[in-house]
Amino acid sequence: MAMLQSKSHASAFPRFLLATSLLLLAASLSHAQTKNSCLDCHSALPAQLGVTQEQFSHDVHEQKGLTCVSCHGGDASSDDPAQAMSRKAGWKGPIERRQIPQLCGSCHSNPDFMRRYNPGLRTDQLAQYHTSVHGKRLAAGDSKVAVCTDCHGVHDLRAPNDPQSTVYATNVAKTCSHCHSDAHYMAGYKIPTDQYAKYTTSVHSQELMVRGDLSAPTCTTCHGNHGAAPPGVASVPQVCSTCHVFQAQMYEKSSHKVAFDSAKLPGCVVCHENHAIAHPTDAKLGTGPEAVCMQCHTPGDQCDQAREQILSQLTQLNSAIKAADQQLALAEASGMEVSEARLGQNEARDALTKARVAVHSFQVKEVSANVQAGLKTANKDLAAGQQAMVERNHRRIGLGLSLLAIAIVLPGLWLYIGKIEK
Amino acid sequence: MTVLQNVGNWLSERLEWEELIAPLKKKTVPRHRLSYWYFLGGITLFLFIIQVLTGILLLLYYRPGASEAFESVQYIMTQVQFGWLIRSIHSWSANLMIFTAFAHMFSVLFLKAYRKPRELTWVTGVVLLVLVMGFGFSGYLLPWNTLAFFATKVGTDIAGQVPLIGHPIMVFLRGGEEVTGATLTRFFGFHVAVLPGLVFLLLVIHLLFVQRQGMSVPPSVEKEWKENPAARRELKFFPNFALRELMAWYVGLGVLGALAALFPWNLGVKADLFASAPAGIKPEWYFLFMFQALKLIPSKIWFMDGEVVGILTFALAGLLWMLLPFFESDRKARSQQWITGISVFALVFVITMSVYGYVAK
Repeated sequence: MAMLQSKSHASAFPRFLLATSLLLLAASLSHAQTKNSCLDCHSALPAQLGVTQEQFSHDVHEQKGLTCVSCHGGDASSDDPAQAMSRKAGWKGPIERRQIPQLCGSCHSNPDFMRRYNPGLRTDQLAQYHTSVHGKRLAAGDSKVAVCTDCHGVHDLRAPNDPQSTVYATNVAKTCSHCHSDAHYMAGYKIPTDQYAKYTTSVHSQELMVRGDLSAPTCTTCHGNHGAAPPGVASVPQVCSTCHVFQAQMYEKSSHKVAFDSAKLPGCVVCHENHAIAHPTDAKLGTGPEAVCMQCHTPGDQCDQAREQILSQLTQLNSAIKAADQQLALAEASGMEVSEARLGQNEARDALTKARVAVHSFQVKEVSANVQAGLKTANKDLAAGQQAMVERNHRRIGLGLSLLAIAIVLPGLWLYIGKIEK
Repeated sequence: MTVLQNVGNWLSERLEWEELIAPLKKKTVPRHRLSYWYFLGGITLFLFIIQVLTGILLLLYYRPGASEAFESVQYIMTQVQFGWLIRSIHSWSANLMIFTAFAHMFSVLFLKAYRKPRELTWVTGVVLLVLVMGFGFSGYLLPWNTLAFFATKVGTDIAGQVPLIGHPIMVFLRGGEEVTGATLTRFFGFHVAVLPGLVFLLLVIHLLFVQRQGMSVPPSVEKEWKENPAARRELKFFPNFALRELMAWYVGLGVLGALAALFPWNLGVKADLFASAPAGIKPEWYFLFMFQALKLIPSKIWFMDGEVVGILTFALAGLLWMLLPFFESDRKARSQQWITGISVFALVFVITMSVYGYVAK
């Protein structure tokens, strides 16, 4: 038995040694594959050259399996800086700003390469960049203009759909403002630096930043991203029409289109501004401080009369809707069931919205058709609210009479009880 | 001889109702300083009759089903002549009935009317209260509005927490894993067929007990009458007490009419199965004390889920509550004191938790 035991131990030991050696070999191979000597040193370096493992772990490239070597070249497996950053090992040296678009484009413009990581991602960013103001200026030798890393970041570059990405919809304006709101930095370009300040007051910013509607426009929606450039005067209505389709269709057929084109005026911007686009109100059609029509038109002329009619009709419908709302609220507060009329009010409000859109045709009859439809509904709802209040009064009268009858019967019963108990 | 007397005699010859109503003619009701509490049971019965009548009228137009229920109630409220009145009275009457049933139960407790030989009257009364609350729970869903939908979801979720049998009960109540149109038709069935049948049966038994045993006299009054037999006073049930009850019913009718006319029952917004629950959703007021108490229980008690402990505690308390009269020992005065203490605690607990639940966010 003892013999058997010792034999068994003797045969088990070499097997144990073999297994341990294989494990150690596997561990060392795996270490060699994942070793990144770049970060070992650069995580200890000061800001400009410093990149920590934690920082790099957020980078979409790191998450897809790319390493420092993918962009910078060199040998990340060597602990010797001379070997790691040797030209022989493919190290590219410090990357100049002007080289950055080309470097990023070496992968991002290669559909075969990009298909492996994100088949849906476009590969025309570099081509677009070359058409942008930034790209053209860079090509002309201006290295102050934005390159890929200025907007997307570097070493912790996140995917655009990551809310912490510098190019996530709600962060784009802030990212652009880093340069475009810096008056000192932008001094040589002779363009305003108040775009961001104005944009933050706009209805677009309110929708995007406050209400969180990611479909609301930010800088890149109108200017483009990789091909960023100010839209030309002629293309403003086209840019706006990507969202405001009906307004654009009506404007295209209007007399204003012809007039603005011949005067080389930038379409929508003439009345609505560009960066500080406020929520439009009917006051724009008025004669007060917010009014826009009278900046060009003469009081009393044919257009002014049309303006007055349009404004009057919009005001009439707006007032009718408010009156019906108040009446229905009163009926509801009295416990009356007016939900159908409440639903009808949505139709009236839709008609008002359509009428306001129709203003862009600058035709009274177009606005009037919608206003009349809205008025019909609002008046019907008002009547329903009034009828509900009449009904409420009838109920109260009925209640009063019933309570009176009960009040008469009760003492009668009491007297009768008294009589039979007497 | 008048026509009415002729008809009466004709019927009497065939039905021999003189014998049937003889006990009622002989029946008396004790008359003392606390006898006005006797009206509560009658008022609850009156409200139940109103429920049956208005419920039948609502059935003429109501259509159970997720796609039609809300619209049919809306139709009743807006298009049917006096539909608003019938529906509002049905809803108000339901709430008042549960209130008067609670009040009746506590009056029975504090007047010690549950004492031997009326233990079974108490038991049937407690079961009736539970069934009435079941009426409230099932009826609340029938208009198929948002609040009702989520209240049913929360309520059936709570039922589902009971160990072992909870999940099957929840699936049975809902007609599936989720609250859907199947739950609505099921609740409709409970509301108009199952519960009325059970309530009618128990109500008959409950009233037979009352009829057979007569009205209980509170111990303090009983003692006074024992010491001074001349002070004992009684009232003929018919017509004296019945007329007084009729007066109470008239007042009840006036209150119901006023509530229905001045505060018609709100219809709310149609239930949307895919919408998220409105913030701060609460059950109907009569379930609020249980709901709030369950909310206050810690999530874990020792190794058990806090909510499960709460549900089991309520179930056990309910069972003990139903059996309360049987805990009266031979030392009557002491056990009655003990039961009164429990009753006061229960009343304070129900009121406090309900108010807390109402004001809590």
